[in-house]
Amino acid sequence: MKPEKKPISIAVCAMGGQGGGVLVSWIVTLAEQCGWVVQSTSVPGVAQRTGATIYYIEMVPPDPAGRTPILALMPTPGEVDIVIGAELMEGGRAMLRGLVTPERTTLIVSTHRSYAVEERISPGDGRIDPAAVHEAAAIAARSVIAFDMEAVAQQAKSVISAVMFGALAASAALPFPLSAFHDAIRRGGIGVKASIRAFDLGAARATQPVAQQPVPASPSPVPGLQQLTGHTGFDALLSRAAALPGAAHGMVDAGLRRVADFQDLAYAEVYLALVEEFAATGHEALSIEAARHIANAMAYDDIIKVADLKIRRTRFARIAGEMGARGGQPLAITEFMHPRAEEVQAILPYGLGLFLEKTGLGRRLLAPFVKTGWRVRTDRLRWFMLLFLTAELYRLRPGSLRHRREMRHRDEWLALVRAAWRLDANFAVEVLRCRRLVKGYSDTHARGLSKFDQVMKAVRKLLGHGVSGAKAATWTRFLRDAALEDAQGKALEQALARFERGAMVEGN
Amino acid sequence: MAERSFAHEVKQLRIGAGEVFRGEGILAITKALLQSGVGYVAGYQGAPISHLMDVLADAQDLLAELDVHFESSASEASAAATLAASVMYPIRGAVTWKSTAGTNVASDALANLSSGGVKGGALIIIGEDYGEGSSIMQERSHAFAMKSQMWLLDPRPSLPCIVDMVEKGFQLSEASNTPVMLQVRIRSCHMHGSFVARENRRPAMTLNEASLAPRRDPARIVLPPAAYRQEHEKLEQRWPAAVAYVKAAGLNEFLGATEGDVGLIVLGGLYNNTLRALMRLGLADLYGESVLPLYVMNVAYPVIDDEVLEFCRDKKSVLVIEEGQPDYIEQAIGRLLHRHVPGCMLHGKDMLPKGGEYTVETLTEGLRGLIACAAPDLIDNAARAPNEMAITDEPKIAALARTVPARPAGFCTGCPERPIFAAMKLVEGELGPHHIASDIGCHLFSILPPFNLGATTMGYGLAPASASAFNGLGSGKPRKRTIAVMGDGGFWHNGLTSGIGNAVFNKSDDVIVIVDNYYSAATGGQDIPSSRSSPPTRSTHHPISRAIEGVGVEWVREVDHTYDVTRMRDVLREALTTRKAGPKVIVASSECMLNRQRREKPLRRKALGAGQRVVNQRFGVDEEICTGDHECIRLSGCPSLSVRPSADPLKEDPVASIDQSCVACGNCGEVADAAVLCPSFYRADTVVNAGWRERWRQRLRTRAVGVLQRWRESRRPVLG
Repeated sequence: MKPEKKPISIAVCAMGGQGGGVLVSWIVTLAEQCGWVVQSTSVPGVAQRTGATIYYIEMVPPDPAGRTPILALMPTPGEVDIVIGAELMEGGRAMLRGLVTPERTTLIVSTHRSYAVEERISPGDGRIDPAAVHEAAAIAARSVIAFDMEAVAQQAKSVISAVMFGALAASAALPFPLSAFHDAIRRGGIGVKASIRAFDLGAARATQPVAQQPVPASPSPVPGLQQLTGHTGFDALLSRAAALPGAAHGMVDAGLRRVADFQDLAYAEVYLALVEEFAATGHEALSIEAARHIANAMAYDDIIKVADLKIRRTRFARIAGEMGARGGQPLAITEFMHPRAEEVQAILPYGLGLFLEKTGLGRRLLAPFVKTGWRVRTDRLRWFMLLFLTAELYRLRPGSLRHRREMRHRDEWLALVRAAWRLDANFAVEVLRCRRLVKGYSDTHARGLSKFDQVMKAVRKLLGHGVSGAKAATWTRFLRDAALEDAQGKALEQALARFERGAMVEGN
Repeated sequence: MAERSFAHEVKQLRIGAGEVFRGEGILAITKALLQSGVGYVAGYQGAPISHLMDVLADAQDLLAELDVHFESSASEASAAATLAASVMYPIRGAVTWKSTAGTNVASDALANLSSGGVKGGALIIIGEDYGEGSSIMQERSHAFAMKSQMWLLDPRPSLPCIVDMVEKGFQLSEASNTPVMLQVRIRSCHMHGSFVARENRRPAMTLNEASLAPRRDPARIVLPPAAYRQEHEKLEQRWPAAVAYVKAAGLNEFLGATEGDVGLIVLGGLYNNTLRALMRLGLADLYGESVLPLYVMNVAYPVIDDEVLEFCRDKKSVLVIEEGQPDYIEQAIGRLLHRHVPGCMLHGKDMLPKGGEYTVETLTEGLRGLIACAAPDLIDNAARAPNEMAITDEPKIAALARTVPARPAGFCTGCPERPIFAAMKLVEGELGPHHIASDIGCHLFSILPPFNLGATTMGYGLAPASASAFNGLGSGKPRKRTIAVMGDGGFWHNGLTSGIGNAVFNKSDDVIVIVDNYYSAATGGQDIPSSRSSPPTRSTHHPISRAIEGVGVEWVREVDHTYDVTRMRDVLREALTTRKAGPKVIVASSECMLNRQRREKPLRRKALGAGQRVVNQRFGVDEEICTGDHECIRLSGCPSLSVRPSADPLKEDPVASIDQSCVACGNCGEVADAAVLCPSFYRADTVVNAGWRERWRQRLRTRAVGVLQRWRESRRPVLG
């Protein structure tokens, strides 16, 4: 018996809360109003709360003999005509399950990313490279419609399900006229206007020639030196930076702005001199990383900087824009701030700060003010003034406890970089890159700093034991990656143990 | 108030004879109950049968017109016990729950019910949560039917068949004085299809009428010596009566070819996928024509010996297709064949996997194996041993296994339970890890990343009981307190007695956290005694704390705003460190965000339309201040709190970012505060339709702030 007729089968692979159910109900309505027999199934279960879930639909035209078709309840690899992935990785999951096949499957997938928990919780960059999914789609499907449907939905002020429905219509994988799709949305009855708008945009976008999906590269694109600012002192520094290797221009530009912004022009000049020193080696990566990480080290995160960033006009305008607040519309901004006594006494003059710290007096005196967090209403004049005055404390910064410490820390690190450079350029680059470990505020910052210091200790050992440059660079990268693996530093601990055994034994 | 409104479905419940009902399987069953003249329905919600309960809860008017009593039971045990109304009176009753979890809870009442037997039809509708996407342990409900000798129906996944089986189920129950279980698999429950409706019927006798003329018959009560007689009655009268009815009514079906050497014995629920597997092998068509004869068991228990023998007599081999283990049906049929048709070869779990869901793919492989050994001529070589490479063997596709991330379920955006576990993480940081006993409910997601809290889960409402062995009474040796977490749903299900009462009685020194989100949220947001809504047909507003104090707990702390992470942390710390003896119970209450949104959104829309003052709130992250260490995400896992590539070339790691779906619950800000993380988080409130006074004040502030900002910029140009 050769079955002459097969149903059209559709699998919708979505995450709970993405409106997969709505899309399915539209498809069912669509088929039913065109007189087809349709069956849909799903397993919402626990998956309804943000987990991955698959909806499955089968449809057949009415049988002239009036017989009822027997329809299956789940997708079968090799037998699915249309796979709709509501997010890039869900499309990937469908391919992994074999649901997408070159003989028959139209793959409609949104290329936006909704990062999984495992991608988000990494202390470093845990995001998965999407290139593998794009490459797989190119060989797995008969045809592919892939674009950022989430962005289109936002543009239409609607939901992604409507855009996917539009893409489905445009794919021509279903034998129904466009008007029938519109009717199905109208039948649904909720948010019809916005849904139709999103549907039309989705359909239009899907019929555009398939643009090569930009495969995001990991480092952000760095433009060259920006145009001059009109601020003479700063522009002079910019012109001086133009003498540096071209590849480092973008980074030096960003670094100069950050450091000048943080303190003043004199401070920025110190920064530039340091970068120039490393750029003088002529090593491109070393110049770029020096420009990046020395800026980060010099523009460290203290409460003065935070206050400064919080009160800026550009920030107020950005938030108003994001909230869609028009002129005169009341806009309140509440900050969640909780400085510790340590952060406050750190901005005091060196001697005083040290005294308060050593005696524990500062902690006791400040305790009543920092016991609980502050809800700072930046839009209110009183709070604004407080932040304003805190930001003005930048004048006292150079003599503060924190600043002295930061500068000593920077210099020790750069000394190591110089020593590493004498051994091997790549080793020096890796040592520079370890700055990435220092981030966060309060305890997080302390933890990051401790990781950084542990790696630096290892670097010192590498320098002392006369290990080859290439090997030293590898070890440094290995330790840094381990430090970024988890927050508690367990991976780093293991890596250091391995380092103690391995590096020291095979040594030279 | 359930998560979804069923106004449209309720309309469908009213349709009359000849009209077409379109909808989900579980709603078709609801309509079928009304068509069968059911007198009462009870049950306990849980996927996949929640919608049956929810739609009836929304259909009170219709039920009143038909004189049908509907009850959301306190537990599956309560629901099962409700069927006692059909023991003495000719009233049809139906109960429903998720299985096997619910059947476990109900089995005491079910055993008593089936021993005494019923006069009115008693139908137990069980949503069999087995296979992919299931949220419970993988077992079969079949054993309950066998041990208590109730009949088990497993209809084909087709709405007309399922609806028919509901009506016939009542008749079977009445014909054999035995309760009948109707098993519907999760995909069938959520299957959209259609059937031609019949008129709704009023019950033959209403419960009020029964109460006016009470009856009793000691022979129906499970008490010696009646209990001994009942066992014999089951075997000698009820079983034969059931077999006779099943045969006469033709509940099982002989489909496909009428003759053939090889036959398939398939459970009704697996029919569609089996047919599709046959179709893939070229042995069947879309409309059920099949080269192989099929015996479709819509009645899974009891096995109808005569029918099986009739089917097998002229066959050389048969394959039994039943999902899950043990292989009860294969065993039963094996015995039959051994005695009566020794020449027929029996296949089953030798061709198909012992456990796991029977997908079309699995069934295809099983059938291929059967054909290859029993009837190799039926299919050509290509179908018998296809050697095409599967697309999943392509290196680029197979490599996706390393790319595609797992997508564990988690708390919704704005979930009030998230801050409870964030606080628990903070306390863990201070006091070190504790043994944490988890329970069933949304809070179970705390076991998964990013929280990774919880060591065991023993059943609904059983978390405190599952930590009771550790209670340390009288040892006097150093120990660490355990934490048990249960939801308000589990608390009212049985946790009050099995957990709290048990802890008081046994002088437990441990900590119990009750997560009160005003609803039985995980099952779809149904009301429970402590709900703070006021449904007309239920009595709510009964505080959990009063119940707890009532059973003797002296240390009770109520946190009525779980988003206050600092307070939540302090209360947890106090509970774990206080010198006070006895169980320490924390009731952490805030409304389920899904339900709250559903309640508030229409109100907001209305207020906006009417030009009233409305505040829009959202949280944000200052990208310049965020350093990309993601500690905030490790303490949250909020779907709206994600990462995005930094626009700043100086930052290599992605920064935290809050998307449009934020509902401004405040958790991220509170966590940043309590954990002293970072000052990146802010909340922005805009006011729509503000009054003139408010607008004027805003303008004044903006102007003053603007003057200061410009003055600062004039002296310190913004460069970065």
